[in-house]
This record gives sequence, structure tokens and C-alpha cells, in this order.
Amino acid sequence: MPTARSWRAYPQTYRLEAARCSKCGKAFFPPRLVCNKCNGRQFEHFDMKRTGKVVTHTIIRTPSDEFSGQAPFALGIIQMDDGPRLTSQIVDVPLEDVRIGMPVKLEFRRVSSEGEAGAIQYGHKAVPARD
Amino acid sequence: MVVGIVGYGAHIPRRRIKVEEIAKVWGADAPSYKRGLELLQKSVPALDEDTITLSVEAARNAVARSGIDPKDIGAVYVGSESHPYAVKPSGVTVAEAIGANPDCHCADFEFACKAGSEGMFVAYGLVKAGLIKYGMGIGADTSQGAPGDALEYSTAAGAAAFIMGADEDRVIATVDETFSFMTDTPDFWRREHMYYPAHGGRFTGEPAYFRTVTGAARGILEKANLKPKDFKYAVFHQPNGKFPKRAAKILGFSFEQIDVGRLVPWLGNTYSGSSPMGLTAILDVANPGDRILMCSYGSGAGSDAFVFTVRDRVREVRDLAPRTRCLLDENVTFVEYGEYAKMRRKIRLAEK
Repeated sequence: MPTARSWRAYPQTYRLEAARCSKCGKAFFPPRLVCNKCNGRQFEHFDMKRTGKVVTHTIIRTPSDEFSGQAPFALGIIQMDDGPRLTSQIVDVPLEDVRIGMPVKLEFRRVSSEGEAGAIQYGHKAVPARD
Repeated sequence: MVVGIVGYGAHIPRRRIKVEEIAKVWGADAPSYKRGLELLQKSVPALDEDTITLSVEAARNAVARSGIDPKDIGAVYVGSESHPYAVKPSGVTVAEAIGANPDCHCADFEFACKAGSEGMFVAYGLVKAGLIKYGMGIGADTSQGAPGDALEYSTAAGAAAFIMGADEDRVIATVDETFSFMTDTPDFWRREHMYYPAHGGRFTGEPAYFRTVTGAARGILEKANLKPKDFKYAVFHQPNGKFPKRAAKILGFSFEQIDVGRLVPWLGNTYSGSSPMGLTAILDVANPGDRILMCSYGSGAGSDAFVFTVRDRVREVRDLAPRTRCLLDENVTFVEYGEYAKMRRKIRLAEK
């Protein structure tokens, strides 16, 4: 991801900043301008708790060049405890042990880099919640 | 004015490699390494873990225990010898991730294994001077030893973060005294553009580690007018299992005093995180009134020593984040040398 583009997304990639509709309370990640439930336009921004559960997942064996060194890896949709869902790699767990409903925590990790000399992009990846 | 630690946190990667697994590859005698260095295993960072990611996780645990608004943190200092960038600070990413920026002073420190205690010292000093409300000092490393070198059995990854503050009702351990001991002693170094460090073999012991650590410890004991028996706990830099035990013995500390903070047999040497991580393990179990001596060591060479006294609030906050021994012992995966070599980027890949 180009450096400028990733920089604009830091509130979401670094802090999981979401937005809650001031009118109906629905939470969005990433934030949006208009609530799709009540058409409200006022939002309160907040950092999501970094806990959730795996809704569904797949195994990526042939990724794009950006992620080629990481294959095979698990990619999943995570239902965050704060409401929104997001897509995340699921790491630090054998691929065969990834399960729907598995409690996870989002940890700060390297996501990609622009080669050996380029900028490093950071974000969050899901890891199994500690027992 | 009471100045001390208001929050602390640690983070350790989940992967481990055993000494036997490394020794097997290089035809070395594992029992002699285990006996000689008192090491059993070490932590291994994943490909997506580095000094910045470990620092962020440790910093978040420190913020959770402190109960403060991260916006009140006026300084974030990351000490490491493995910053991901040669030019671009680690501290700004940590500050951004915990929500402490932009009204925040950031700097990266380097002093071999002593860089973490430098950050703690400077953060403490700025709080004491009244320049900032809270300051964070972090020691973190993903240290590398050359394949087959004795260092490869110990170089590990981990991080510890401390928030210094002067809130009477938030301090969990007061800083009672500090003392630093520095000399130009070339026992270990890494030149620009070199991937692995070089070291002076046995020269790293007597004239380097032991002279410096005992110099700093004796200096702070004299300055504070205290004796080893006045301390419940002590933690010295832990390049292996043997050195801190011997330093303790030279100084008159018992094994019981250093046992709680001596993580290295199961963790390895986390360089800038080493003695700070030992301090987190002590704070996890210490009782109000317990006095703690911490003495770091960085090759080159120097030691920063601190005297802390634990306060009541430690009991309220220690379970707001994972305890260090839990991070060390639970949910651990052991890897073989091939995976370890991949994770540590020891394998040269084809250029694309």
C-alpha cells in the first residue's frame, strides 16, 4: 500500500478507531458519513476494544506479491465485541486449529512493506485470546 | 513530590526454540550450553513482529494498568538495538498507536542492552522536573545472534514499558534513587550495515558486565545508604542465567532476591527489555513496602540502577493486564530451527 494512503488510515489501522451514530448508536468500522440505519450524520469516534470472535475464515495459499512471504495464512472476518466486523489475518495459531467462533484478540503487527528498502505498514492481526 | 511508576506492561512473542534444537544444527553440545549459560529456551518473534509491534503491546498493557488518558503522556521513549528503521523513529508509531500524539516528545535510544533503562531514566527525570505529567520509557528488542555463534542461544525478543508520573494516588512504585556507571569498554558492538553483532568473547564478562553492574549497584547502595538485606527483590541485566547470579553473589544478594525477576532461562536475553522485563515480573507479585533494586547493563558499556519501593496500588492494577510469567509460560509454541531461521530472516531469498 502506498505510504500516503496507509498514513491516512492510521486512526483505523493503528487504533481501530470506529464511529458510533449519535442518533441510533450503531457502530461503524471504518467510520462513515451517513448512518445506514437511521440516516444520522452525527458520530462519536472511539477506539474499539481489541477483542472479538471469528465469524468465518479461509486459507490463502496464493496471495498477491505483497503477502507472498507469509503464505499460507488464515484470513477471517472478525465480529468485534464493540459491534463492527472487520477482515483480518489470523496468526499465531496452526491453520487447522482456526475455528468459527474462536475468541480472538487483535494485536499490533507488521502487515506489509514496500520491499526491503520501503516503508513498513503496521496494523492489527487476530491472535487466539489467551486462556 | 512522589515520582514513580504509575503503569507497567510487558509483551513476549509466543514462539520458543529450545537450546537443544539450535545445538543440534551446529553440532554443539547442548548440555554444556545449558549448564554453562543456564539457558533452556528463548523467545522467537514471528515475521510480523518487531521492536515497534512488541513496544505497542507492552505500552498498551502499561496504559491499562495506569488508568490514565494516553493524551496525558508527554513523552514516549523507545530503547532498542533493533529499531526496524535506521532512519525513522519507533517512538512516533508507538505514540500514534496508543493515542499519545501529537502533543508528545518522542525519541529512540540505543545503548546495546541498556537502552530501555535510559528511556525510563529520562522519562522519570522529565516528570520530576515538572516538564511533563507522564512519561513512558520502553525497552524492546528482537535481538540477533550470528548462526552458530554462542549468542544465538540467548538472543531473544520481548518488551517492557513503564509510565512514570507524580500522581500521589496513582504511583505503584516510587523511584527512591538512581545511579549510572559508564566507561568506554568495547565488549560488544555492531558496525553500520552489519547484520549481526560482534563481541569480545570472555572480555564481555569480568572487565565489562561484572565491573559495570557491580559498580552501578555499589554506587546506588552507597548513595541511598542501603544494604542488600534492605531489599526484597533485585534484578540485574540477564545476558544468560549465570551472569546475574554471579553479580548478585559478588554484591551480597541471595538467589531468593533475584529469583522472581530472573526470566532468562525460559525467555532468553531480550537485550533492552531484559532487566525491565524482570522488573515487570517482580511488580506482578511484590507487596506494598517491598524495596526493589534494578540494574541494567549495556555493552560499550554502562549500567543504570534504580531503587523502587512498592506501594499499595500495585495490588489493584496488576491484573488489569497479563502478568509477565503468564506471557512467558502460557500459549507457547515450540519451533524447529528451519522455521526459526525463516522467522529471523536468516535465509537469503531470491530477489524479485
